[in-house]
Amino acid sequence: MKKNFEFIAALAFLGVVGIAAIAGLPGNILNLLIFMMIIALTAQGWNVLGGYGGLSSFGHAAFFGTGAYTTTILQTSFGINAWVGLVCGVILGAAVGAMIGFLSFRAGLKGSYFALITLAFAEVLRILANSWDFTGGAAGMMVSINNGFAYLQFSDRRWFLLILIGFVAGGLLLTRWLERSAFGAYLIALRENDQAAQALGVDIFKIKMQAITLSAAITALAGCLYVQNFLFIDANVAYGSWISIEALFAAIVGGAGTMLGPLIGSVLLLGLGEITKSFSGGIAGVDLVVFGIILILCVAFAPNGIRGFVADLWYRRKSRGKAM
Amino acid sequence: MYSPTIIFEALMNGLMLGAVYALIALGLTLIYGVLHIVNFAHGALLTVAMYLVWLASDRFGLDPYVAILVVTPLMFAIGYCLQRFIIGPASRGSDNGILLATLGLSIVIQNLLLAGFNSDTRTIATDYAFEIVPLGPLLLSLPRVIGLGVSVVTAVLLWAILNRTDIGKAIRAVAKEKLGASLVGINVAHVYAMTFAIGTACLAIAGGLLMPSFYVSPTTGAAFVLVAFTIVVLGGMGSIPGALIGGLLIGVVEAISSLFLGDSLGQIGIFLIFILVLLVKPTGLFGARA
Repeated sequence: MKKNFEFIAALAFLGVVGIAAIAGLPGNILNLLIFMMIIALTAQGWNVLGGYGGLSSFGHAAFFGTGAYTTTILQTSFGINAWVGLVCGVILGAAVGAMIGFLSFRAGLKGSYFALITLAFAEVLRILANSWDFTGGAAGMMVSINNGFAYLQFSDRRWFLLILIGFVAGGLLLTRWLERSAFGAYLIALRENDQAAQALGVDIFKIKMQAITLSAAITALAGCLYVQNFLFIDANVAYGSWISIEALFAAIVGGAGTMLGPLIGSVLLLGLGEITKSFSGGIAGVDLVVFGIILILCVAFAPNGIRGFVADLWYRRKSRGKAM
Repeated sequence: MYSPTIIFEALMNGLMLGAVYALIALGLTLIYGVLHIVNFAHGALLTVAMYLVWLASDRFGLDPYVAILVVTPLMFAIGYCLQRFIIGPASRGSDNGILLATLGLSIVIQNLLLAGFNSDTRTIATDYAFEIVPLGPLLLSLPRVIGLGVSVVTAVLLWAILNRTDIGKAIRAVAKEKLGASLVGINVAHVYAMTFAIGTACLAIAGGLLMPSFYVSPTTGAAFVLVAFTIVVLGGMGSIPGALIGGLLIGVVEAISSLFLGDSLGQIGIFLIFILVLLVKPTGLFGARA
């Protein structure tokens, strides 16, 4: 599978989803697709740092929540335009990423230690957001309903899905650039062996800082868009561990460190989750049981995710064809 | 504004709560010391232990402290099987694989519990839950005094297992040098599973100690395990005395910061310590290696 082929196939998939949405899809499918795209974008953010950089964060909620709260507070408390709020959310999310990165990378944290410190930062933000007044405390915050492009809210949800598809396609483009750039090469080098990369003259601190800032910005964008869709945010949604785990699951199950991984992972996981829910008759938690089992199965049988698994099958079939 | 008695009482309460924290952290640090990964399923397994204690009391009328005797071997077996037949084979020895497998397990367990028991909180009513032990001017809660005592005994037992038995010797050998241990005939997969089993059995005791004064719901363990992570990091990952002292320290910090900041912000103190230790001295107080 050539990278170009994958890229075009992914765009074609997004195009088909978009066209199907315009042609008319049932409301619940539309909602599912919107959620899939939000998680795909969150996971695309995680993938930059966790997939390409090999620094598995367990606290991407810190960025998701900062984006979500920033845009909500700017809109409701200061009456600022939703798009400006979105840009500010992304910038602030990236800034939180840079701050966490600066502290942890200067201390040289990686592996389990990096996973734990990101988790801790997200928890601190969750507790603060839960007790401060300007984040609405435990009651959370609502974005007032104003339909229209300028407000980034649509009574017809198809438009919102199309915008999300645009952002996810942007994420694909960004990953494609990453895979071809010197920055991406340095990032992969430090994932494989950071000491060797450093010895060869890669400024690993700088590369890690750039990676976490970019990663946080994308995930913060997903947080902003989440709020624009659901119009409500509280500390457990914004900074809860669920979103850190969804981001990590989608990217790893789909294929960490690959362009398509996050999109494949979120479509597959949330799709399967929805199917399980419809069969289990509404017992809470069954869809997440399936997520967990899929993660363990992936660790066991597809360490490079679904993308890697399919690619392996593909090459095996091709090489067998040549041998015969 | 606070009388010395109140502060001293908070201190003692913190110490006693910290002892149970230490017990949870002991299991975690033992597993880290040997497998070199953070066991993300630890919290979910604590919840399982607490539900088992609750079931033993609810269905069979066992006292939570008596239930420990039944639940401990059960949790030991569960821990052994999880590592031997699921985590070990799935991860094929890769660190990242073990980390993700335990994370997957925790999600599965937590949500199976949610599906089976729904999200209601369960408690065990005992006639001694609010019993008070007077100690000089201090009034101490009986379950917490028992918690402190049993935790100390468990820690001593654990130390004896690690230092005085063959399996303890094997565990220490594998922790130091996995390849070397397997070369001299130690079955590494078995030792990994035994370590995991002992770590999980500690949770059964912690569950029994917590249940008389605490409640259980599918997410209870997750709250405790974040504290346990902090303790393990503070004490030094893999260090047993570190987990003990770290646990007591964190218990005191929580009690004191809850006294001054209130319950909801009280936990902030713990996380700030966590972040500070990670940034300043990631090897912790007693850790040998980063």
